[in-house]
Amino acid sequence: MIDRASTPAELARHLAFTRRDFLRSAAGVALGSTLLHSPIALAGAAMKRRKVVVITFGGGARDQETFAPEGQENIPHLMREMIPQSTFFSQVVNRGILGHYVATASLATGAYETFNNFAAVSPENPTVFEYFRKDLHRPASDAWVIAPSNGFNRIGESSHRSYGPGLGARVILPKHLLTAATSGGGSDYAHLLRDNYETPFYTPELAGNQFELQQLAIMLKLSVDDFKAHALTLSSPDELSVYIARQLMRQVAPSLLWITMHDIDIAHAGAYSLYIDGIRRTDRLCADLWKTIQTEPEYAANTTLFILPDFGRDSDEDAGGNGFQHHRTGDALSRTTWMMAMGAGVREGVVYDRPAESTDLVPTLGSMLGFSASLSQGKPIPELL
Amino acid sequence: MIVMQPTDLKPEQFNGYPPEARKLAANYIGALQRLPLSFLPSLLREVIEYDFKFPVERRAVEKELANLASLSPEQLKDWFQGFVQIHLSSQLENSDWVNAPAQFVEQLSAHLWSTHQLDAFRAAAVGYAERLRAAAPPEPPPIPRLGIAIVGQGVAAYDAPLFRKLRPNGAYFNHVEPENGLAMLLDAVAARAKAHPVPYAHWYIDGGQEARHAPALTCVSYAALQPARAALTAKMRAEIERPGMGPEALRTLMARMRPEDLGMSAAQGKASDPVMERFQLKVLTESSGTQIFATTFAQWTAREALRRAQPLTLLVRFAPRQRQRPMNEMISKDTKPAELDPVGSLVDGDFGAYYNWLNQQRLPGAEQSSFVAWFEGHNEAVAIGPAWPRGTQSNNVTDMKQLLG
Repeated sequence: MIDRASTPAELARHLAFTRRDFLRSAAGVALGSTLLHSPIALAGAAMKRRKVVVITFGGGARDQETFAPEGQENIPHLMREMIPQSTFFSQVVNRGILGHYVATASLATGAYETFNNFAAVSPENPTVFEYFRKDLHRPASDAWVIAPSNGFNRIGESSHRSYGPGLGARVILPKHLLTAATSGGGSDYAHLLRDNYETPFYTPELAGNQFELQQLAIMLKLSVDDFKAHALTLSSPDELSVYIARQLMRQVAPSLLWITMHDIDIAHAGAYSLYIDGIRRTDRLCADLWKTIQTEPEYAANTTLFILPDFGRDSDEDAGGNGFQHHRTGDALSRTTWMMAMGAGVREGVVYDRPAESTDLVPTLGSMLGFSASLSQGKPIPELL
Repeated sequence: MIVMQPTDLKPEQFNGYPPEARKLAANYIGALQRLPLSFLPSLLREVIEYDFKFPVERRAVEKELANLASLSPEQLKDWFQGFVQIHLSSQLENSDWVNAPAQFVEQLSAHLWSTHQLDAFRAAAVGYAERLRAAAPPEPPPIPRLGIAIVGQGVAAYDAPLFRKLRPNGAYFNHVEPENGLAMLLDAVAARAKAHPVPYAHWYIDGGQEARHAPALTCVSYAALQPARAALTAKMRAEIERPGMGPEALRTLMARMRPEDLGMSAAQGKASDPVMERFQLKVLTESSGTQIFATTFAQWTAREALRRAQPLTLLVRFAPRQRQRPMNEMISKDTKPAELDPVGSLVDGDFGAYYNWLNQQRLPGAEQSSFVAWFEGHNEAVAIGPAWPRGTQSNNVTDMKQLLG
């Protein structure tokens, strides 16, 4: 039990320490502060053009259903296969607004965005995709976002006057594609086509640079019929996202790929078993993507994978919330998350419990890939450089 | 537009409030005028609902107002210094916070998030609540509370461990005699209602069709609210298709709904109960999932009953919810009606029972309260309370009466 009188900073530190201890005992990782930087680990990355894949572990999950001893059964792939290969940061604090679109946009800009979570607006600060493309003169085909809902359709590029239109990432909304492919589909599709779990009856209008159905065949070499047929074999929107991600990696091989998972956010409906199902599925899909990275020739050995939640969920202890169902209280549990990095240039089996912020991701990617995230509020994470 | 501050408040500005609430606000107008705007609408949100509140809530609002009226200027400064430091936007200051305090509070929440003042506001709110609790302590219950959760309806067998979150807090039983269990538990609740006939103090919440029960119980069921749930989802779908409608506008619309908008009225032969009608309306309009999933409905209704009515007795029976259809089934245009998911609902109910216990323990008299969770029709149960040693297990044959202590 956490002392109720603790400050948010103390609570965050306590969470990080317990998370670290869970990992050290269950996954056999070492404490990072005892290690020195290893130039050997970084040497391999220079051989091919480096790629980065970012997965947001979607919808927000709490420690007690993931890294705590009673939750580890829900993330067998992360625990047994991925954490031993990764550098793990056990205290990544999100000080921004805990709504999924605005928080994911903040991750992607490295600055705490303050716009209305449910508004169809672009981030105000330049996104990682814009920094990457502008500084490194990369084409539009080299930066992609796969996002779960229409609300994310503007995440690819900001409204910043020095960046913005034409410099961002292409955005694929797989559910939007499936809607188009099935021509609406009628009431049978109500759950599937539900845009998000926070406002289940509301689907924002699309007005961004999203990828449209007719481009499936041109860019992903995928016919509408094949897409629909494959969708029939899948059980969730995130599975559809991962299917599209694989197709994209195979056909386009972008250097910067951002995949936002969202199935876990079914928790907003208040059914605990569905929330747990979402966590287990996301765990499996993360492992599937890591296998894809290791087996696709364009990605194998030169790709760094980042997995992190946008934020957590409310604590059972806070009477102002309803536990796992929402992320509204802004308590330490919902703000203190984690980040896992693995692959090219990253040490294996290390855990760091020093505090980092979720805005540190973008400048870290900048240092890795060679661009300057000049307007980000975060700092590069030295342990990854 | 001239910004109205709390110091400008006059009794006639509460003419839009229901009669009892209007009278209450007028009686305490002096106290209300002294409060900072970052705090006052949160209190007015309670005052405006006064006519539809449970007795224990009414007494709490009255005590809070009386306490505020009794504070000296120095004490007031001390109590509210955290709130005074919260910076509000002009949009908030210009809003109609007297007549729409709930909307103000919702917009304030968004403002606090976006201006990074949430922690400061939280600290001020926690500090205020602690002072209020010390100055006007909550009422202890006249008898120890009893909570009962019945989970797993329709599940023939389940191998995974149950009640994992509850077991460390009490005694786990694995040889419970299940025969007539539901009836025996409802009888026990009815006996408490008969012995302690306090309004809204003895509740029975069913996530499905309610079983036969004593009329003295305050009963809410998912099945009985089916017409209201259908009317609500139809209205939400219709509204969201209108141009310009977004989540905030939808929430505002739902906050303005009245029970009659959803066809809620007294059952035939029963007197109208505006307090319960409003309670049920709020369960459906202020939460997510209660319209769709029976297990969410049962858990949230129990949470709200505990938070608001502070019952002496609460029996919650979780029933199977509809199955969440996987994506491939939806695409295949299978037109079968929604099936139930008894096993998933057992998992939901198990965790919901834990939340019921947590919420019961937040009420006064927690150290004397008891709680029983039972796997319906089966031999497993857990009992928590002063009579049961924590983290223990009993392999003895046990009946419901023994579980209830």
